Formats: sequence, structure tokens, C-alpha cells
Amino acid sequence: MQRKLLTIITEASLERRLIAGIKQRGAHGYTITEAYGEGSRGVRESGFEKAGNIRVEVVCDSSVAERIANWLREHYYRDYAMILFLQDVEVMRPEKF
Amino acid sequence: MTLDPVILFFLLGLGAGILKADLRLPAAVYELLSVLLLLSIGMKGGMAMSGVPASELVVQLAAVAVMGAVTGLVAFGLLRLSRGLGRSDAASIAAHYGSVSVGTYAVAVAFLAHVDVSFEEYVAAFVVVLEVPAILIGIVLARGARPEGGWRALAGEVFLGKSVVLLLGGLLIGLIAGPVGLEGISPLFFDAFKGILALFLLEMGLVAATQLGAIRRHGLFVLGFALVMPLIGAVIGAGFALVMGLSLGGALLLTTLGASASYIAAPAAMRMAVPEANPGLSLTASLAITFPFNVLVGIPLYFRILQAVWPTAGG
Repeated sequence: MQRKLLTIITEASLERRLIAGIKQRGAHGYTITEAYGEGSRGVRESGFEKAGNIRVEVVCDSSVAERIANWLREHYYRDYAMILFLQDVEVMRPEKF
Repeated sequence: MTLDPVILFFLLGLGAGILKADLRLPAAVYELLSVLLLLSIGMKGGMAMSGVPASELVVQLAAVAVMGAVTGLVAFGLLRLSRGLGRSDAASIAAHYGSVSVGTYAVAVAFLAHVDVSFEEYVAAFVVVLEVPAILIGIVLARGARPEGGWRALAGEVFLGKSVVLLLGGLLIGLIAGPVGLEGISPLFFDAFKGILALFLLEMGLVAATQLGAIRRHGLFVLGFALVMPLIGAVIGAGFALVMGLSLGGALLLTTLGASASYIAAPAAMRMAVPEANPGLSLTASLAITFPFNVLVGIPLYFRILQAVWPTAGG
């Protein structure tokens, strides 16, 4: 069964607000890992406090993914280091997502 | 006067960072060190608070809150002199400089132990109070009464940040348990304080070194501000210490707090409340310039001046 995997890589300081927003828009779960790398906003290291990045992964149906993506684009793209991408994934238990 | 060894650890970190040596403390280790420092400073303050009359303490804490607001406003006024700096950036940097750095405070405490000067231990309670007012003022200066995400979400981020929770928690634990109750954990929190501080400063040196490159990007005004503002903050802190009747040791601590700039509580809060402000600007100023300045030059300098002029210095 097809679902979408939405991956967001952004500033760790946004974590709490992202979790609340993602759930509010219909996601049933999420996975967060610490991340570091380099992009248009320079090197983002996870060593110091909340200066690092997180990678948030959400498996959900495409309408939820779209809602989350639109909300992020409107609220956070301008001022925060954030990238976001969507993939199609196969899941075994569609009712879970 | 010999150099305190903890300063040498800071220099080691700074040097290793500048040379791009293969040295990096894991994030979890830095996290643990800062938790230990915050709790130990909090508990020391809490133990001492039980010996101070509550009415006197409340007056002093109120005075210190005013001091935080004044320092933030002075910093904002100074920053607005620059044409290149927008209002949001000025407000965000001002919040950092009105707020305080616990790391710098810990170095001043170690310095006092090194030169064998006593101080009012309850000054630790001032640290908690000083963290918050300037952050609130910075938000209002940048956005009026409308921070991003609303005050309710923001209150959680300001008051439930790591530094406020651990300092306040430490104060309460110290107050409730008292010196006798804390005896069992004193080897970790009090006896090992300088060792923990040394490791913490090693990491701070590494972090400051990675930020150094950014100074060139941000221009001379920020560099100048980050060197001048600590001196102004120090004068404000010393003035409040004088009015509050602190001893020489207490005065050095309050002076150092006035001179210091936040790099934990303020960056997190400003990033959320004033997202349009450039976080690199304020963090470079406070972490790469002001913190090393205070640790290497500021604290000994403030001490020498205070020692010469302080009313009770002769005793």
C-alpha cells in the first residue's frame, strides 16, 4: 500500500513547535533524529546546544503530507534553515499511518 | 598572581579549535557538564539563601531584575547607533547582553577562590533573575507586544529553558536539603566543580574558535560593540553592587554578570520569538568575542579596579 514519507531537516530549536503542528495536521506519528550538515545557511553542527539540526520523518497519506508541507512553507521557510522532501513508500500496515 | 588553570583549559580549546585539531567533545558530554555546573551553582546559592532574611533577599532580587532590564536597554540604545543594523537584530543582540552567562559567572567564582576572596554565596540566585528580563525586553523592542507564536508558547520556552529550570531547581534543592543534607553529593557537585569547569571551558574554547571566522563576516561594528558593551555592563553591575552593599567578592560577581552576555537562554528564546533576527550575529558577538574577553581579560581587570576602589576592600 502506498503512503508518503515526508522528511524535514531543520533547526533543532523548532522541535517542539514542529511536533505540535505535525500532530495537529493529522499525522499519527513521527521520528526525529539529530543531524548535521551544510547548506545555504552555512555549516550546522549539532555539537553546541540547540545550534544543530534535526531530521523529522513522517509517514502519512498524501493529503496530510501536503497540509504539513504548506504550513511549514508559510510559517518557517523565510526565517529558518529548513529543507523538506517527499517520497513514495510502501507500507505493510496502512491503517497505522 | 598566577593564572588560574581553568583559563589554560580555555586557551587549549581555543588554540586547538583555531588550528583545526581533531578534538571535539561529544554533544552529550557538553550537555552533562553544563547540567552539573548549573545545578552546582544553584545548590550553592540555595544553601546560602536560608541564612539571609527573606525581606532583604526580595529587595535585592528586585534590584537585580531592574539591572537586567537597564543593561538590555542601554545595549539596544548603543546598537541603534549603527545604520547597518535593523531593529530586530539590535533588539536580539540587546537581549543577549542584558541576559547573563552562567559559564562566565562560574569562571568568576573560580577566580575568587583562586585569589582567596569570599563572597555572598546567594548571589547565585541573582543569575536566575538576570536571565529573563532582558529577553522579554528584547522581544518587545523587536515586535511590540506580539512575539512569533504568541506569549503563551514563548513563556514555556523562556521559563522552561534548561538554564532557568536547573538553576532554580538547584536553588530549591540547596534550600530544602541544606549543607548537611547535601554532604553525600558534594564530591560530585562541589569538590569536582573546578574539574568540571575546566572541561566545560575546553569545549567553550573549541566552540568560540569555530565562531571566530564569522567575526569578519559581521563587520567592525559588532566586534567593537562586543568589546565595549561588557565594560558598560560591568559599570552598571558595579553600580548596583555598590547600592546593594555587596562585599568585594559579591561585587566582582555582579560586575561580571553585568558584563557577560547570554549564549544559552537568550539565543533559544530569540530564535523562536524574533525569527527574522540573524542568530549568527548575536551568537558570534556573545560567544566568540565577549565570552573570551571576559574570561581572559575582563574578570581580572574588573577585580583589580574593584579592589582599588571598593569601600570594604581594606577589611
